[in-house]
Amino acid sequence: MADSSPNVVDPPTATGRTAGWMLALPLLAVAVYFARLLPAVAGGETFQFARDWVPSLGLRLSFTLDGLSLLFVLMVCVVGTLVLIYAGGYMAGRKYLGRFFTFLVLFTVSMLGLVLADNLLLLYVFWELTSICSYFLIGFESDRPQARAAALQALLVTGGGGLALLAGVILLARAGGSYELSALLNQGDALRTHALYVPALLLILAGAFTKSAQFPFHFWLPGAMEAPTPVSAYLHSATMVKAGVYLMARLSPALGGTELWLWTVTGVGGVTMVVAAWMSLTQSDLKRILAYSTVSALGMLTFLIGLGGPLASQAAMAYLIGHALYKGALFFVAGSVDHETGTRDINQLSGLGKAMPMTALASAVAALSMAGLPPLFGFIAKELAYEATLHAPAKIWITTAAVTASVLLIAAAALAGLRPFLGKARATPRPAHEAPLSMLLGPLVLGVLSLVFGVWPAWAADALVSAATSAVVGQQQSVHLALWHGVTPPLVLSAITLACGIAVYAARGLILRLSALWGRAAQWGPAGWYELALRGLNGLAISQTRLLQSGYLRHYLMITVGATVALVGYALFARGVWRANVDWTDLRIYEAALAALILMAILMAILKESRLAAIAALGVVGYGVALIFVLFGAPDLAMTQFLVETLTVILFVLVFYHLPEDQRVREGAGRWRDAALAIAVGGLMSALVLVGTPENFPPISSFFDEHSVPQGHGRNVVNVILVDFRAMDTMGEITVLSIAAAGVYALLKLRKRPDSVTDDVEQARAEDQAAVTSDVAPTPEPPKPPRATDLDEASASFILRPASRLLFPLLLLFSIFLLFRGHNEPGGGFSGGLVAASAFILYRFAFGVQATRGLLPVSPLSLFGGGLLISASCGVLALLEGYPLLTALWSTWFVPGFGELHVGTPLLFDVGVYITVIGVTLTIILPLAEE
Amino acid sequence: METVLAIVVGCLYAAGIYMMLRRSLFKLILGLVLLSHGANLLIFTVGGLTRGRPPIAPPGATQPPTPSADPLPQSLILTAIVIGFAVLAFSLVLFHRGYQTFGSDDPDDLKVSE
Repeated sequence: MADSSPNVVDPPTATGRTAGWMLALPLLAVAVYFARLLPAVAGGETFQFARDWVPSLGLRLSFTLDGLSLLFVLMVCVVGTLVLIYAGGYMAGRKYLGRFFTFLVLFTVSMLGLVLADNLLLLYVFWELTSICSYFLIGFESDRPQARAAALQALLVTGGGGLALLAGVILLARAGGSYELSALLNQGDALRTHALYVPALLLILAGAFTKSAQFPFHFWLPGAMEAPTPVSAYLHSATMVKAGVYLMARLSPALGGTELWLWTVTGVGGVTMVVAAWMSLTQSDLKRILAYSTVSALGMLTFLIGLGGPLASQAAMAYLIGHALYKGALFFVAGSVDHETGTRDINQLSGLGKAMPMTALASAVAALSMAGLPPLFGFIAKELAYEATLHAPAKIWITTAAVTASVLLIAAAALAGLRPFLGKARATPRPAHEAPLSMLLGPLVLGVLSLVFGVWPAWAADALVSAATSAVVGQQQSVHLALWHGVTPPLVLSAITLACGIAVYAARGLILRLSALWGRAAQWGPAGWYELALRGLNGLAISQTRLLQSGYLRHYLMITVGATVALVGYALFARGVWRANVDWTDLRIYEAALAALILMAILMAILKESRLAAIAALGVVGYGVALIFVLFGAPDLAMTQFLVETLTVILFVLVFYHLPEDQRVREGAGRWRDAALAIAVGGLMSALVLVGTPENFPPISSFFDEHSVPQGHGRNVVNVILVDFRAMDTMGEITVLSIAAAGVYALLKLRKRPDSVTDDVEQARAEDQAAVTSDVAPTPEPPKPPRATDLDEASASFILRPASRLLFPLLLLFSIFLLFRGHNEPGGGFSGGLVAASAFILYRFAFGVQATRGLLPVSPLSLFGGGLLISASCGVLALLEGYPLLTALWSTWFVPGFGELHVGTPLLFDVGVYITVIGVTLTIILPLAEE
Repeated sequence: METVLAIVVGCLYAAGIYMMLRRSLFKLILGLVLLSHGANLLIFTVGGLTRGRPPIAPPGATQPPTPSADPLPQSLILTAIVIGFAVLAFSLVLFHRGYQTFGSDDPDDLKVSE
């Protein structure tokens, strides 16, 4: 093995080389498996496999093997096998080989999926997977910025095209009623006249053109040469870039044959093949010459598929095979030359034939095939292409374009495949020597195939081309290829092409001078647009972020609120929903007084600078709202509101008791701007209330009124809704409560420095433990001597303590009464729980936190956890009985002297709510009171 | 009465938003409370007002007397009140800890301490 460090057996080197061979074997087996199907497929048989994946989206794991798929599968497998072996040698000794081979194999699988998929969505998934693999492989040497930029460029261009493809596929499925290719390909006539035909076609072509590097999206492919050479040979020449060609060929029975198809596909392909072939002559890097000539070949394939019909289709298929064979070999050779001499610059390379005879031989065969010379397969392919162009509409132009591209490609073939090996040997950065076996196998095998296919087409080439052409044309074709057809127009054209090609090669100096003149204009080419678009997009993102994300809470709020006012206000105005029910007649004097009280309290809350005054005003607002609930038939709401308002005031006072007053911030004109915005919001909400009254939108509650007693066994409809009809919502709500309480607990208990957090947790746990153990006997003992804090001192009055001692059990009893009567009368778990929590808080103000904790059988945290568990288990009970989650289960008992008694899970559910509310409230308030 | 309550709702919203735009976390939380009162009252009023007739069936009856107040908005508001309390508690405690850490009530001061 004549590698750079042959004597030292470097473990990664050995691994890499073996890995190539090892990974190649299974792929070879796949190739053999599929190759054995060739006779059957060439006979017109197709193989199918399908499983549902996401039926609701029309996404199926369906695969079909026909002639076109088989051609691509064999290309992927054969070239893939050689590439893996080659990469083992080429990449030996490099880092991250595992990653490299992983992506290479992942790509192989994706590519096989792409060409086998019958479902278009599935095809799209594989399509994008190949783009992603390509991204990682181009950027494999991620320490080089050029590699990263090229990888991103390739991803953005092909990914953008992929999105267009997805849109096109969806439109196509709309038009054809299925995502299955097998269904779509039969209804070409219906599709071509469908209204969605034009947009679907253009979007799908955008995907195909970006993927197959057609002008003006071609620029990413030369950039992709930053990838290691095996990747270039495989993805960016033989397989992935042909996915677009595959898609166009695949869909041509359904979408092809129209004027739009002909001129778009042929036009783009024609321009691409000529421009790229010209560009390839201006390069001096071996790989870039090959990249541009690949773009040119892809253009030729697109061009032929655009022409359509049996002749052009068989030419395209033959050209596809020919190109995969010679271009794969030439990339391998370029890689070997780079690997063994240290340079890819053709100006530094010459006379390598002596040092690398085998490589030179393979290169010569491939170059001659690329030039389209007999007896190689490239000759047959080119003859077929000429045959097709001579039968095309506007044949003068079409044929001239094909000849021009072929002429330029002959010069490119000589430049890349012959010139480095001829002439006098020159010194190279590394002394040139022959490549190792693993790197010779690929180019030699491909070269031999070029020769065998050319000399003996009946062996495999006939069957392959026939089968693939049948699939593209949509009817069975039988093709017989041959080198010699007699003196025909294509042969004459071939002769002219060769003569011109040699002349162009000789005149390359002129081409270089011409392109130098051109060079300044090149920055305005497609690659320049890409740069510009990328910079523009970044700039837009930065400026809109600066505009919208100032980092000031006020600004976010203003934008949100302002947008809401504008949009909702516009909707109200535009729809003319202005049947506001302004009606002063039914107003009662005490109601007006209540409203006035609330308004005044609001004003106080805004204007008072003293915090305590503002808190008091806030309390008045809350009580006022509660009174409104009382007046309008909502006793449950009123009770809850009164209790919560009380706790709110306590909470505010606890938090702000020790804090100094605000630093006053002078705000100036900002006040008026905020006031204007606030008034706009208020006006909008008032209008919404007036528009949204039940006269305009009849209520939907009659169901609950009617079914509450018969089915829910409760007369208080509000409570039945909470614990039965909408128990799932309530479950969610007590969960939110618990999360908020857990958050409060975390903020208050788990603090100090991060490194002492664990201590804190343990301390908190110890406290909870103490609380549990101290109350094995849960009788409310007379309080222990309280630990005095200043708040305790202040409250330890003569009246409060005895009163609390008396009130505490009474309040608890009352809360339980509320809980159990809640199903039929105002009350229930929420208000009961709040009353019970208030009892504990009262006790705390009288006797301190320690004593209050002593009253609880478990810690408040465990309390709300247990409550949640009880409520949830009610739901699970229903599941066990075979009903949906949280369905109410009832049983009726007859109690002597009382009558019928309904016992059911909603009552237990409400007990869970009750316990949760106690736990949550105490978890929040007790630690705060401790501070 | 709907008209009067519509005005009260509007004022609660306006006051809530105005307070939330002030450069004081205390006022922001106050605004939050006013806003939740406004939201509750909005649902209550839009659901329709019925004086003094709660949606409770008398003993022996199979459904509440007609007309009676709409139970659906009531059950919505009931949970909203309790959740509002929990959220308020959380924001108060957050404010409390923030104040202990940064020594300021001004949200703009918190911005530089990120």
